[in-house]
This record gives sequence, C-alpha cells and structure tokens, in this order.
Amino acid sequence: MRTAAGLTALALALGAAARNQAAPKADTGSGLAAFETVRKVFQHPRCQNCHIPGDAPLQFDDGRTHGQNVKRGPDGQGAAGLPCATCHQSRNPPASYGANMPPGAPNWHLPPARTPMVFIALTPGQLCATIKDPARTGGKDLPAMLDHVANDQLVGWGWDPGAGRAPVPVPRAELTAAFRTWMDAGAPCPTR
Amino acid sequence: MSASGIDRRTFLRASAQAAGGLTIAFYAGPLPLRAQEGAPAAAARPLPDPNAFLRIAADGTVTVVLAHSEMGQGMWTGLVMLLAEELDLDWSKLKVEHAPVAAAYAHPFFGIQMTGGSTSIASEFDRYRQVGAMARTLLIQAASQKWNVPAADCRALKGEVVAAARHAGYGELAAAAAALPRPTQVTLAPPSSWTVIGTPHKRLDSAAKVTGRADFGMDVHFPGLHTALVARSPYFGGKVKRFDGAAALKVRGVKAVVQVPSGIAVVAENFWAAKLGRAALDVEWDPGDGGTIDTTEMARSYRALAAQPGGVKAKAAGDPVAAMKTASKVVEAEYDLPYLAHAPMEPLNCTVRITADKCEIWTGTQLQTVDQGPAAQITGLRPEQVEIHTQFLGGGFGRRATPTSDFVREGTREDDIHGGYYRPQYFHKVKVGLDAKGAPVAWQHTLVGQSFLIGTPFEGMVKNGVDPTAVEGVFDSAYLADVPNHLVEHHAPKSPVTTLWWRSVGHSHSGFVMETLMDELAKAAGQDPLAYRRARLAKHPRHLGALELAAAKAGWGTPLPRGRFHGLAVHESFNSYVAQVAEVSVDRGAIRVHRVVCAIDCGTAVNPAGVVAQLESAVVFGLSAALHGEITLRQGRVQQSNFHDYRPLRLHEMPVVEVHIVPSTERPSGVGEPGVPPVAPAVANAVFAATGQRLRRLPLRLA
Amino acid sequence: MDVPEDMPLLWVLRDVLSLTGTKFGCGMAQCGACTVHIGDGPVRSCVLPVSAVGDRAVTTIEGLSAGAVHPVQQAWIDEDVVQCGYCQPGQVMAAAALLKAKAQPTDADIDAALSANLCRCGTYQRIRAAVHRAAGQTGGRS
Repeated sequence: MRTAAGLTALALALGAAARNQAAPKADTGSGLAAFETVRKVFQHPRCQNCHIPGDAPLQFDDGRTHGQNVKRGPDGQGAAGLPCATCHQSRNPPASYGANMPPGAPNWHLPPARTPMVFIALTPGQLCATIKDPARTGGKDLPAMLDHVANDQLVGWGWDPGAGRAPVPVPRAELTAAFRTWMDAGAPCPTR
Repeated sequence: MSASGIDRRTFLRASAQAAGGLTIAFYAGPLPLRAQEGAPAAAARPLPDPNAFLRIAADGTVTVVLAHSEMGQGMWTGLVMLLAEELDLDWSKLKVEHAPVAAAYAHPFFGIQMTGGSTSIASEFDRYRQVGAMARTLLIQAASQKWNVPAADCRALKGEVVAAARHAGYGELAAAAAALPRPTQVTLAPPSSWTVIGTPHKRLDSAAKVTGRADFGMDVHFPGLHTALVARSPYFGGKVKRFDGAAALKVRGVKAVVQVPSGIAVVAENFWAAKLGRAALDVEWDPGDGGTIDTTEMARSYRALAAQPGGVKAKAAGDPVAAMKTASKVVEAEYDLPYLAHAPMEPLNCTVRITADKCEIWTGTQLQTVDQGPAAQITGLRPEQVEIHTQFLGGGFGRRATPTSDFVREGTREDDIHGGYYRPQYFHKVKVGLDAKGAPVAWQHTLVGQSFLIGTPFEGMVKNGVDPTAVEGVFDSAYLADVPNHLVEHHAPKSPVTTLWWRSVGHSHSGFVMETLMDELAKAAGQDPLAYRRARLAKHPRHLGALELAAAKAGWGTPLPRGRFHGLAVHESFNSYVAQVAEVSVDRGAIRVHRVVCAIDCGTAVNPAGVVAQLESAVVFGLSAALHGEITLRQGRVQQSNFHDYRPLRLHEMPVVEVHIVPSTERPSGVGEPGVPPVAPAVANAVFAATGQRLRRLPLRLA
Repeated sequence: MDVPEDMPLLWVLRDVLSLTGTKFGCGMAQCGACTVHIGDGPVRSCVLPVSAVGDRAVTTIEGLSAGAVHPVQQAWIDEDVVQCGYCQPGQVMAAAALLKAKAQPTDADIDAALSANLCRCGTYQRIRAAVHRAAGQTGGRS
C-alpha cells in the first residue's frame, strides 16, 4: 500500500530527477542496487553516529552513546555552553597527539533537532523515504543531497576519520556515482 | 647509552625512581585503626614549639603553618580553625602555608611528616589549639606588661589584645611576646565556650583556586627548568632490554635521553617536546614475570586460593566449623573486587632543583619525611639537605603517599592509569551460619589480595603477620564481635603489580562485602535490612546512631516514587561511623543513583561545612568505583589508559547527596575516607531491592 | 612566539607563557581542566594546535575578569565549591561560557554543558548550585 507521503516523496524525486535529465538513464533494478551502496554508507558508524533520533550522538565504531553527556542542542551545534567545537576542531588533531583524540572537520555538527535526518535503525525502505523527504533532510532535495554526499567537508571526514575509527568502506567517488545512479533510476525505494 | 646534554646539577624535573631501602619507624600502631589509642595523652607530651606553627608579623599578619598537606580535604581551613579557637584572629590578616620538612611537623600519631589515614584533624586537635593558646598567653602577657594591667583583665579579640579601653594589635605585641618565656602549660577552652570549632567555616583556599592562582606541583616554573618524561615498562617489573634515543633527540626541544632506574627519561625544554620525544623513543622491553598477568585469571586463582587453608589468621574465636553444622541456615557468598586507580585530577609530578649542598623539591606529597630518603639517595645528600616545598595537591586519595616516592617524575594521565600503586584486586569467600532467629552464630571469612605493607617500608604496620590494611572492616567489624564462632583469614599472594592505599584502604572492599552480605543475611532471616542491622548492632551505639539518623532522614520504609528503591549500609572506619541510604532506579540494565542520604558520627565535627563536603566527595568517589571503576590487565598490559575508559562519575550522573552529622562530644575522628565504604553496598542493596539480583562484584553490572 | 605549530595551546600557555592557571588533566579532551575561551566559546586547549588559534582572542582563567572577581568565581566561593581545586579553573571557564550562551540555565542545561568537565573530588552538586547562583537564580540547589 502506498501512503500519501510516499507518493509526494516520489513525485518530488521524479521532479528533481527531471530537472537534471530528460529521462531516467537507469532502470529500477540497478537503481535499487545503487541504493544498497548508499544505504551501506549512510548506515555506517561514520555517518549514522550523528544521524540519530533523540538528543544524544553516538561515537566510535560500536556506536556507543557519546561520552560526557554530549547533546545535539536545538541547532545541531551542541548544547548551550558545550558546542561541538569545544573539542572538535576543523580538522583531525595531528597524529602526534595520540589515539582516541576528538576528531575534527569543518563545521562539526549534527543535523538540527527540527530535521534530524535520522539514518540509524531504519529499514532500507524507511531510510530511502527519509532521504527523499525534504521535511526530514533540512530542506535538501535529491540534488542537494547529492551535493552533500559528493562535496560536504564534514561528510568527507568519513573517509579520513583519524586513528582508531574505520573509514567509510566505499570510496567517495563510488558512493557519489551510486547516489547518482539511484537518482537517475527515479530514486526507487526498497519495499522493506 | 647516555646522551646527556644537560648537567645533572641544572634544573630538572626529576626522572629517577629510587630504590627502597628506607624503613619507617612508626610511632604508633596500625595507621588507620585505633591510632589514637597508641598515642600518648596530650597532657603527657611537651607543648609544641609555637614558632613552628605560627608567625605574627609586625603589620599584624598572622601566618599559620600547616603540618599537613592540603589535598582537597580542607586542612587549609580546619587546622586554622583549631588554632583560631584559642587565638581569636582577624581573618582578613591571615595567611596559610604548608610547612617545610622538619621534625617539628611530625604527625602526632605517626611520628613522621605525612598526611593520611583521615587523621589530620584527629591528630592535631590538641597541638594546633595549644599553639593558639600559647600565642594568646604570650601576647596577653606582653600587653599586660606594656600597659601594666593584670593579665586577667586582658583578652585576645579579632587580632588584638584588649583591656578596657586599651587595645594593641598582635603585630605590635609580637616582638615583646616572643621575648617572653614560653608557657609550660596552657588551658584549652572547654567545648561549652567554643566559638570556632563546630561552626561551619567556608574554605580559605577558594579564591586562589577559582582564579588559577593556586600553585599545584605542576605549576612550578623558573628559568632553566626542564621537563622529563619517563618511558616506563608497559609490564609491571619489566626492564629495558635495548633502546635507541636517536629519533627522540631529533625532536625539537629535546635535550637529553637518559636511562634511569624506572626506564628511559627524555629531558626537554617543555612538556610537549618531552612527550613527542618519548613517543619517538625506540625501546625494547623485557617483560619479566609481569608479561603474562591477566586479572581474570588472577580472580580465578584467588578463588582457588580462598578455598585453601593456610591463610594468616587475622581473628579467630570458638569453633566456626562445628557451629556451622548446627546452624539453621547457611549463607555462602563470594566477592570479586578489581584493581582501582586513584586517578587524581593532577597527574603525578615533581619539580627538583639540585645545587651543591641542597636538593629542593616542589611537589604535592602526602609523605614529606619518606620522600626525603630517595631524593637523598639519588643526590648523595643527607636527607635533611632535601628541602620539600609542598604545593597544593591536585587530589591525593592515597596516591601521593608511596613508600618508594614513585611519583618523582612528570607524568601524563596514561602514565598515571598505567602506573600501578592500585587498590589491590581482592576476593572474599564468606560462609555464615544463622540460628533459628536469624542471628549469625558461625562466620568463616577468607580474603585473598596483595599486601602493600609486607616487604615495603611500611612493614612495621604488620602485627603478628596480619596486615591490618588488608582485613580491616572485617576482623574488627562490630558484626563479627558478637558472633561466638568466627575465623578471618588472609592470603596475600605476590604480584609485580604495585598496590597501595586507596581512599578508605581495606574498607574500600570490606565495606562492600560486609554490608551487601548483611543484606543477604537479613533476607535469609526474613527480616527488614534496617531491623536486622539494628539487632546486630544493639551493643554498638555509634553505629546505631548513624544508622538511625540516615534511615530517618531518608524515610526508610516509607513509599518511594514508582521505580525507585532504597538500599542501606553502615560502616565504621577511621574511628568514624557512616550510614548511607541510596535511592536507585534501574532502567534497561542501567543503574541510576538519584539520592544518597548520609549520616556520620565523626566525634566533634570541627568544621561541619568541611565534613559535609567530604561526605559529598566520598559518595562521588565511591560511586565512581561502584558504577565504573576497574583496572584490568591482559597479557601483562593495563587495558585502561585515560578518563574515557577509566571513568570517574560525571555531573549528569551525580545524585543529590544529603549529609547529616550525629551530634557528639567525642574527640574528632576521621572524615575524608569513612564516607567511601558504604556507598557501593548501599547502591548494590538498592539494586537488589529493584531487581532481585544480588551483585557481588564491582563495578556493579546487571545480568 | 617561536613554537612548533602543532604544539597544543595548553602547553604554549603553561610552558611558554607561564600561564599555569589552565590545567593539564588528560590531554585528550576528556576532563575539561584545560578549558579556555576562544571568542565566547569554550575550547579544550589540550587538543588544539596553537596554529589553529589564528588571530582569534584567547581568554584564560587569568583573564576571565580583569582585576575583579567574575560572578562565576564569586558564586564558586559563596557555594564553597572547591576541594583540591585542580579542575576548578576549567569548571569556572566552562560555566562562564554556559552563562554567556544561556543566561538562565536549567539543571538539564547545566548537566549538558558541564558533564564534560571532570571533578575527582566530586564537587558536582555544588557546581550546579553555584551556576544557578551566578545566574542570579535562587533555590537552584538541586
């Protein structure tokens, strides 16, 4: 059964795709396969640790609750008086600082509480719907999401997370290509 | 290799670790037990030299010199209060400082200059008052002669001596007073006229500490000072097999790489250069016997050892084996307690300046007299040529009282967590037989854990082979005293892992064992935990006083909010009695402590504000260990390294702590430590009430 | 100032400038003893390369309030917060940053802002009360 929200999302997605190219260049099957690559990355600890419901980010590869009672804060920049930037600078600390240092990247933050863009603990279908819903992505349509995936510097940290953290397992170019393939196929969503 | 680029007699944050070889002749008996009994009555002692403890400048500034170190416990305030009870001060003209090392500052109970055993106020209760009274007597005498009025008409008031309309500041009278013969006896104010003792006083070191002006050991700087970090064996007892310092010497700011008894020291212009230099060292270690240590395996072997005879008998009465056979009910339980690090906020450190005839040391230490020994040995000076400038201690908890002065080095947090001198890992095996009414009639108790007295300079504290710091809280327990048949034994296995007193020492594990066990016995007897303890402690009024006060203030037995549960514990240590009621909830396996109500009988509470603060502190220290604290080793390596995996309690985990003081006219007893032992059992007992799970190991983990 | 650009700000402050009010506790942003302000925001100086400061203004505990006692420091004194005191410069700096960001914090705000500062002496209950006091809130003791 298709919900009204699902229809809207699909329509938006098609609209977005239509702005880029005249017709889908890929079929639904390859689109779904490409989405699996996207899902694998989005639900990797490097991404999903901050794409969380609630107010408490996660950390490390096992996705434990971030220590020190760290909170998202209303705008995703951390709690009043403890912004993310207290510990997370605009780049990883030098290797000479040792293991388990707070990592860094430009504009270290979480999605804002209003549009938390939750990735964690979703089925592939739910994740797909989330990505396609600007109400949950902070107003990002699919091309904007593609840009986020391809160019955002904080997202890019996922491939250079510093010592003690696994990088995103798929090269960024491959992820970007997969995201594009999925978009080009009309951004189909898995059924479960 | 000795790439010494720096003269030994230049300034150096010292790196060397001394061999032991020093024996401490203790004045009295076992440190934390009945210290007061071993000390002669105050009246039998000569009066102290007031000049050692008090200076009065011409401008009226009064400087009080502390024989004990300020490590958070409030001696900076408490000792001054004792003196001020006899010599009324103008507090705006007060200065406080740590004493140099000298015989005059020997601990009244223990005979060496030191801070520990929750004895600072207890041991100085007379001396600092006597100093105040002597000064008052002399100042009044000086005024009396100056004005030619009877001394009886003069009194000391807020920094002045006054007689009718006349008044003169202490500063104006100091020179004349100093020339007078010292009184050979003084009369101390009776409790009924105390105006300072028993009145809450705010801390005197707050302003310096909140503005960053307070100097800790780490804050000492002078031109030419170098910083040394020591690469130490990652295995306890390990040795350097081979090292190459070439890469370290290439690090900017590194001046020298030197092999020292504790490892390889990297000497540099500043801490950061030393840290980078140390990281660049190429060292191969010979792990020695310590290379295979595994704490899980240790716990297994301790358990096996506990089942063996042959432990040192710490206390015995009757025939527990026979009595056990006739018991109506038998409760058996085994307890596992981990190694714990003290982890004071200020990493261990020490600054040294060596000249031809003097070794000056700046550090936060609990054991000045002991520290002189290794420093003298290293420098070839006499101990009295070693001057120690005691700085504020950024936390002590026992860690800054090592028999080998091991802290003589700069350190990182990782050095601290890996550095040993832990609260020993322990195993307790207990079997208790109850009669038909639920009263214990037979008690067999075997403890297994390292001794940090046997084979160390503190061996003198071992009595008849019994290490009191191992079995305290069990062999001297009020519960055991009334059990006609009992046996307490201690096995002290050896290990290369170094161990030490950790805030509340043996009580830190025995308190947990005894008070969770008491809950278990109450359950077996079908009785309420409070009622059961009342019956057991009927002949122990001070235990009962604390217990009843805490229970009443916490509302024991009255309904709690849904999902909340109470647990209680009462324990005597350092001659004080503390009861605590913890209010706890359990949510998906997570233990949350909401409120801890404490009652303490510490005799006369000299500074009630300080007593309250110490109890709050003890609750946090105990909870940190109960909920998170654990040092484990695998293949000889400590698995924790910093505050992310050796977790002290944080603000958001902080329960509301309420402290109530049992009114008492007894002499003061310990305050800094006695609040620690009851926390873990009170929480564990509440967890049992909440879940039915009886947790017998720390840290507390629900199944 | 001639220091390596990777040197943490903390050690530049302590060992080069002899500003020792800022403390070293962990070296990995776990304890907050090294907290300074850069602009209005709190920063853990132990993990900040000095080169990353750029031309931004750094305020340490020594400069929190020129000559006078900052309201947070006064509240700390009034609530008798300190024990060993080693963590307290960092606690004070963190609390001052919280009050700049939120003038009337709740207990939850205080827990969210200050749980990243460790105190081994366990002065947390008084820290909560002192933050409320510094904010001019009465009956704040939780």
